Amino acid sequence: MTNNKSSLLLDEKGLKKTLKNLADAIADDLFGDEDFVLIGIRTRGVVLAECLQQLIKERTKKKIPIGVLDITLYRDDLSTLAENPIVRASTLPFDVNDKKIVLVDDVIYTGRTIRAALDQIVDFGRPALVKLAVLIDRGLREFPIQPDFVGLKIETSPKQIVQVRLSDIDGDDKVILMELNHKSGR
Amino acid sequence: MIFQHKHLLTLEELSREEIELILENAKGFKEIFTRSIKKVPTLRGKTVVNLFYENSTRTRTSFEIAAKRLSADVINFSVSTSSVQKGESLLDTVHTIEALGSDFIVMRHSCPGAPQLLARRIKSAVINAGDGPHEHPTQGLLDAFTIKEMKGGFEGLNVVILGDITHSRVARSNIWALTKLGAKITIAGPSTLLPKSFARLGVRICTDLREAIRDADVINLLRIQLERQRKNLFPSIREYTLLYGLTEERLKWAKKDVLIMHPGPINRGVEISPEVADGKHSVILRQVTNGVAVRMAVLYLLSGGEEA
Repeated sequence: MTNNKSSLLLDEKGLKKTLKNLADAIADDLFGDEDFVLIGIRTRGVVLAECLQQLIKERTKKKIPIGVLDITLYRDDLSTLAENPIVRASTLPFDVNDKKIVLVDDVIYTGRTIRAALDQIVDFGRPALVKLAVLIDRGLREFPIQPDFVGLKIETSPKQIVQVRLSDIDGDDKVILMELNHKSGR
Repeated sequence: MIFQHKHLLTLEELSREEIELILENAKGFKEIFTRSIKKVPTLRGKTVVNLFYENSTRTRTSFEIAAKRLSADVINFSVSTSSVQKGESLLDTVHTIEALGSDFIVMRHSCPGAPQLLARRIKSAVINAGDGPHEHPTQGLLDAFTIKEMKGGFEGLNVVILGDITHSRVARSNIWALTKLGAKITIAGPSTLLPKSFARLGVRICTDLREAIRDADVINLLRIQLERQRKNLFPSIREYTLLYGLTEERLKWAKKDVLIMHPGPINRGVEISPEVADGKHSVILRQVTNGVAVRMAVLYLLSGGEEA
């Protein structure tokens, strides 16, 4: 995979501001609810959920519980991948029953990851509701799944890659859109 | 890191990195046991056949639970009630099973190399669940997983394997895995049960129990197979117990935080005293639980990749 060119969608400052807006929107909707929890989808969704937790705490002085979901075993494309991804633990340090869940991921694209996450959550229990927060909505859905909270909505083509870089994982904070030279493996 | 193998036949043929990959995945699978629904949809529509030509309860049950928790269908092919009794050959039996639609065949056989023979001749993935005295790879993996879980790693660890090494597939799989991972291995027991050639694998050979378990971090006991005694490899069970049976008193010779492991089934009062088997150093039941996680990881990794 060779990158032709890339453009900056959000710089560090823009990313910070977008996350703040996202946190405010979530807090406006759900804060005060005793059963409100965040669940991050590994790997970047977890870091983003922690950021949102911190931002909500700064505003409300309350620490919202966070769960971590590894959706690997619920993926619908395992038989077509060249190698099976490493399975990591899912940690939900609360009873999912009757919770109001905000599911957090970095990018929503086909919607298949969220389908897998929803299937996994109902194996843990029966939440009161599940909402979806994403940093980037890049369109091109293949399933009827839409986010409730969106940081930035953009139009993309399948020949592009949206890369969310977070300092905890990648060393810097930004979001870039990259063009692929040839067809992506989708 | 890509797991390149279609079958799991031996630990001898796996690299350190591949063993570490299995252990890392097993850690993820173990978390599933804490859920209220201990099942994931990963192997839905796949069929796992347990084909055991030798007796087994824990290994067969462990594979069955592992496969079921991955949503696979499991067939337990009972050799004692099958056409094998009418003289059907191994390959004919397995081709029949495959024609019924198997994706994985988990096999135990008294002949070393039987799983290799199958792997060359059939389309299903073959998992060796013990081939004579040769190897028992998933036991070696679950022992390594348990040691890593309890001790954090392998570098510089002294692991003693005590008992009938000559006839033990568990010992061989343990030695392959643990030496690759960086542990130091001592095999111990009566000299008639310790193959001298194992020195070539980089293990220390020791016939004195006190000397063997001094500074031991882990003691992995093997079952004394009572049927061996008839072959005059040691004078009597009582003598074995007197010289090599692990008691609370003798445990003091090892490190304070020594782990006691045993692949089961245990002979209480023969190779291990009841106090040690049930004592605070024992991780024997943890090994059983970990066995399911490790077998789930193996099934998962072997199911990966595009069909060639």
